Amino acid sequence: MARLSADNVERARAIIGLYPQSRSALIPILHVVQEQDGHLTDEAMQHVAELLGLTAAEVRGTATFYDMLFTEPVGRYLVSVCTNIACLLNGGEQLLEHAESVLDVKPGGRTADGIFTLEEVECIALCGQAPCLAVNWRFRGNVGHDDFDRLIDDLRAGRLDDEIPAHGTLCRVRRSVGLIAAASPAASAASAAPAAAGGAAGTKPGRRRKA
Amino acid sequence: MAVSDAPRIVTARLDHPDSHTLRRFLATGGYDGLRRALSMGPEAVREEVNKASLLGRGGAGFPAGQKWSMLRKAEPVYLVVNGDESEPATFKDHMLIEGDPHQIIEGTLITAFAIGAAQAFIYIRGEFALGLERMTQAVNEAYEHGAAGRDVFGSGWSMDVVVHPGAGAYICGDETGLLESLEGKRGFPRIKPPFFPAVYGLYQAPTVVNNVETMSNIPWIVLNGGDAFTALGDNRSRGTRVFAVSGHVKRPGNYEVEMVKTTFRDLIYAPVYGAGISGDRALKAFIPGGASSYWFGPDRLDMPLDQDEVGKAGTMLGSGSIVAMDETACMVRAAWRLTKFFHAESCGQCTPCREGGGWLEKIMRRIESGQGREADLELLLDVCDNIAPGLTWPPRQTTICPLGPSIPSPIVSAVRMFRDEFLVHIKEGACPYGH
Amino acid sequence: MATEPEVAAAVHILLDGRPVEARPGEMIIAAAERAGVYIPRFCYHPRMKPVGMCRMCLVDVKGPRGFALTPACFVAVAEGQEVVTDSPAVKKAQDGVLEFLLVNHPLDCPVCDKGGECPLQDQTLAFGPGESRFVEEKRHWEKPIALSDLVLLDRERCIQCARCTRFADEIAGDPQIDFAERADRIEVATFPGQPFTSYFSGNTVQICPVGALTATPYRFKARPWDLEEVESTCTTCAVGCRMAVQSSGDWLTRYLGVDIDPVNLGWLCDKGRFGFEAIISKERVTAPLIRKAGELVEVSWAEALDSVSSSLKDALRVHGPGSVAVLGGARLTNEDAYAWAKLAKSVLGTDHVDAQLGDGLPAEVVLGLPRATIDDACSAGALVLLAPDVKEELPVLYLRLRAAALDRGLPIIEITPQRTGLSRYAGGTLMYRPGEAAAVARALVSSTAPGADAGGVPAAALSRAWSTLQDTDNVVVVLGRPSLAESSTLVVEAARVLAAGLPGARFLPALRRGNVHGALDMGLAPGILPGRVGLEAGREWYAAAWGSLPATSGLDCQGILSAAAEGKLQNLFLLGADPLSDFPDRDLATRALAGAGQVVAVDTFLSDSSKRANVVLPAAMFAERPGTTTNMEGRVSRLAQKVTPPGAAWPDWMIAAELAFRLDRDLGFSDLAAVWDEIEKLAPSHSGITRDLLASPAGADGVVAPLRAESKETDGEAVRPATLTVGTGTAVEFPALDAYSLRLVSGRTLWDAGVTVTRSPSLKGLAPSLRLRVNPYDLDRLGVTTGDSVRLHAPRRSCVLETVADAGVPRGSASLAFNTPGDGVADLIDATSAVTDVRLENL
Repeated sequence: MARLSADNVERARAIIGLYPQSRSALIPILHVVQEQDGHLTDEAMQHVAELLGLTAAEVRGTATFYDMLFTEPVGRYLVSVCTNIACLLNGGEQLLEHAESVLDVKPGGRTADGIFTLEEVECIALCGQAPCLAVNWRFRGNVGHDDFDRLIDDLRAGRLDDEIPAHGTLCRVRRSVGLIAAASPAASAASAAPAAAGGAAGTKPGRRRKA
Repeated sequence: MAVSDAPRIVTARLDHPDSHTLRRFLATGGYDGLRRALSMGPEAVREEVNKASLLGRGGAGFPAGQKWSMLRKAEPVYLVVNGDESEPATFKDHMLIEGDPHQIIEGTLITAFAIGAAQAFIYIRGEFALGLERMTQAVNEAYEHGAAGRDVFGSGWSMDVVVHPGAGAYICGDETGLLESLEGKRGFPRIKPPFFPAVYGLYQAPTVVNNVETMSNIPWIVLNGGDAFTALGDNRSRGTRVFAVSGHVKRPGNYEVEMVKTTFRDLIYAPVYGAGISGDRALKAFIPGGASSYWFGPDRLDMPLDQDEVGKAGTMLGSGSIVAMDETACMVRAAWRLTKFFHAESCGQCTPCREGGGWLEKIMRRIESGQGREADLELLLDVCDNIAPGLTWPPRQTTICPLGPSIPSPIVSAVRMFRDEFLVHIKEGACPYGH
Repeated sequence: MATEPEVAAAVHILLDGRPVEARPGEMIIAAAERAGVYIPRFCYHPRMKPVGMCRMCLVDVKGPRGFALTPACFVAVAEGQEVVTDSPAVKKAQDGVLEFLLVNHPLDCPVCDKGGECPLQDQTLAFGPGESRFVEEKRHWEKPIALSDLVLLDRERCIQCARCTRFADEIAGDPQIDFAERADRIEVATFPGQPFTSYFSGNTVQICPVGALTATPYRFKARPWDLEEVESTCTTCAVGCRMAVQSSGDWLTRYLGVDIDPVNLGWLCDKGRFGFEAIISKERVTAPLIRKAGELVEVSWAEALDSVSSSLKDALRVHGPGSVAVLGGARLTNEDAYAWAKLAKSVLGTDHVDAQLGDGLPAEVVLGLPRATIDDACSAGALVLLAPDVKEELPVLYLRLRAAALDRGLPIIEITPQRTGLSRYAGGTLMYRPGEAAAVARALVSSTAPGADAGGVPAAALSRAWSTLQDTDNVVVVLGRPSLAESSTLVVEAARVLAAGLPGARFLPALRRGNVHGALDMGLAPGILPGRVGLEAGREWYAAAWGSLPATSGLDCQGILSAAAEGKLQNLFLLGADPLSDFPDRDLATRALAGAGQVVAVDTFLSDSSKRANVVLPAAMFAERPGTTTNMEGRVSRLAQKVTPPGAAWPDWMIAAELAFRLDRDLGFSDLAAVWDEIEKLAPSHSGITRDLLASPAGADGVVAPLRAESKETDGEAVRPATLTVGTGTAVEFPALDAYSLRLVSGRTLWDAGVTVTRSPSLKGLAPSLRLRVNPYDLDRLGVTTGDSVRLHAPRRSCVLETVADAGVPRGSASLAFNTPGDGVADLIDATSAVTDVRLENL
């Protein structure tokens, strides 16, 4: 657990190849890092910075903007309980309280055994089945308190390992092709940034010197 | 109660449990629209979509055809599909992404063809793990099937489609925040003007950003013609639309209905839709178009699902999500919870949103917990006014993006419609609903 | 021939109902300000791209749907645009933003360094509500955290305007700080373990509109209202940034960058900004010292001057003027330098005078080539750098060139023995084998595209650079010493080739030391008289004004040191010169100091060299005396005195005048003004640059010498020296590099063992320790990895060094920074060898 493995460096390079500008690959690569380590270690962020020609401060600054990217260790299972409006109206807060007592942690905390991290999450777009939650972003709707207890038991017992991989593994399907349509579009698309984005100060092409 | 017999344009395939597979897709007319489009040529495709008056299904409701025609004349052009559905109580795109990814890809390819895009990106909300897997799988299949990649269906036209995962930030649902995010940056929305995506979009190139439901409509429009689409609905609001109904209804879910011909009452009470309020209690208020919209009382139930008419009434159809709140719901708590959401999701760029959101959340929490003062109500409205001057519709704003003026919507709705409920909290020093 | 910006038609806007003329493309906020309407702002900074984030500058701008609140910093003026800045709606929006900024602000103004000069405080006082409507708990952060050794961040005070992060990224190119987190948890942050070590970090403190960023050298030192300020010119290096010098009473407290268009745009490097700590150092020499019984002991000025003058008289009488030499002078003002040049060349009669310490270029090359300004360099059709790493040696020039490359696509071609800070922005970095720059230069100016490798540079890279040069006849060459481990004659040879092959090219000399250019202009170089005049060309003119002159051209620094080492010098003056630290060959410098009869150091500190002097005369330094200074462009600008010199320290010109007096001569001036008046009258290049001109608004940004007034040539009194005769030059011979050796490269780093850094408590820890940088390929060949130690064998001596693999050093080379703390590269270099080859031994 440190820098990206050789295999993941290859994956990162392939991802970079999908975009006209390499920085676009940052977030997809950070998901790869989380798949490797469960969270973003300092070493891995530095490695990603090297791969993309960024500073580590830029990588961390961008990563911390996003709720799914963790710079601190997370349990094997990230249990995200929704309390937003539809769930609020249908017992989401009570479900979160129940989860707190079952797991004996506050939202944002990790269980003593390190297996679960509990978080209160904003709407996860499963409002038709409120109250709902996600475990490593695998969704569960209409979750009663008994359902929750059973879910935790199943997770502990490893009965859901096929369905719910360890935290960090987001998309288990890999893209099978790179960019194949044509020569990839010009990377220098910033042909005509508007004045507000920094005007060009009087560029004037030099006269060609007579040979 | 009128339930129209309009065809279901984007959700028809979802009745099949294997709707996400290429096999089912092809068996149900999949990629026929793309083949048709390739034979029509880009201009004809643009014309049909223009004719269809397809209002964008993301929330802003801007006509898709018009969006395509506003591209700055420059190369390259990019297409970005917005699947970052994050508006509270909105869950239609989630369903479409998981349930019919090929339909989105087909719409994306047709659009890319129509606008002359150099590359297409489908930005999927990071939390949609299954959606990402289904969409990635579908893109792989599309390449194998010859629908994407080099020389699509032997037409000589080529296109790459890249699925891009988000990582958890509501603001990336804003089209310019999404572009920043797609560029690998913090999702700080850009200032419009000058940074309209059609002018200076992805990598400062002209870019079309369309919602996944918008894309899902495109194959049908190409196959059936723009006129068939405009035959449904009325006024500017044509075709069908998927509405997400949740909250205190017996049958929460996504329902594709004909626009204008259907009313809020239909969606909430019709047996085939919401089927009425849970426990047959009384409806107290409903959110008509996502968390950012001003609320409606029961007196507005019979308003048709017409984007412009709802706009005239002082709110919006927005993301197409309706939350019913019955008499047992505490309006202060509901408004506080949404304020808390907006506060947490502010990108942090603009002072009024970053600081105002937190301030308003603290006042709302204080009132809900019984520590409010009567003067807080005027304070709430004035602080809201400093984010969205005039508290009008459509909102004016002191911020770069619409998240700012979204913060006041639930607060102002609750204070205006349920002032007494606030006063009870304040006078009794506690939440009368036992929170 | 700086190109004038095209004058475009004015744009007419209606500002608060009043017609106002604006410049095309400018933002409303700037147009309004010039029209006398100040729109409040926090995130807007005129030298950075706008972001429109703080929302303080909202004004009403009429659009197709009526007036809309619009950030004045982000919208450009347009013909017929109606802007309202004073309506109730605008006022309420701005008041609202101010209130939002204050809700979580700690309001700890009484203990905040920014209190009294804080835009947030000022805005609140001017427009803010009398009392707060915010009764909630404020947001709390751990009070201040260190972003670096120099900059602290108080996140409670931060208003997230992004000025600092934008500066770091956009201006400095060092995005080591960035926003982290989101919403109101947003914070400026470094990466753990990677501090904000940008050489320009202090600028973020200056432009922070609140007290969030503070600098350790100033923190809690003074309150702004107790500060007095004068405007001066930084002399830490030869860029000559304009700065405000502030003191609390007679105690220097802070420097701030002053924004002038032609030079620094308001920016300073950290060495310039924080180097005031050296001036107020307790280690300053404050009294004359004479060596008695082996120890330097304090004496009176009278005793010290008598001692020096009697020694001089003896030397002159017995050994003649050739037994006296003067080294140094770059620390001096122009007036000081002139006085010392006059003392040396006229009173003492010696031409063994050199302001440079063997680490620059011959004066006739610097003064003789057609000169470019910084603006010329930035607006050139192509820029050639045959120079040291400007980021390390001339930091704000680096900012200017970087901006020109990014903003207007200035094509940069580097001829360098190793990668530099500018390489990222250069179209071509031609990494030559040390010693072989001239071969690269020849390829670049050849009449046909280079078809073969030259000087270790591949033909393809040469060919690309050659094409770039074909595209323009507006070439500027930044010329300095790319490496101190190769002889300056090799660089001169390359410079001659460029000057001959690029007709019309102008040169920006990249000599580093503060006023080295002023010292050369004033004649502190062998064979040179004040005003860029050759000794023979100016003999008649100066003989008439000064009386006697040296009979022949004298020795340069290396010659002086050699003469001293051979026992030929009776008197050696060190004008702030420390040859033991700065001359590339320490062995020669050591022998010179031992061999000289009497060494007189005129210095501010006891340096390695002045510690060995027989007499030390305490000199005033920057901010302690007025005068003028001259930057690399030849720009003469005024220095201001803010504090009194410590103890008995004197300005250098007075020391020269006193010495002349004791030698029964009168230098002819009794105050500083008279010195300048004489310079203006006598020095041809400075004719017309009067005190009045320098003090006038036209002289506010300094005046580039010469003025090029046509009247000068008609005077017929003096002849400017002919510019360098461009010929093929003599190729310098040196042995080919053998397969087992690496050729040494040595450049300076900003943080070094020089006076400014070592005598400033906040800076002295920043100098990196000496490490040997080698291409990974060569390191692999040796079986060594980064961090391992190797034994380095040079012809002169061997030493053990830690290695670093660095792809920025070409194969076959080995790079060591010059003048780092402790033993260093000067111990390895033989000044008589053209290049230095070393072998590495795996330990």
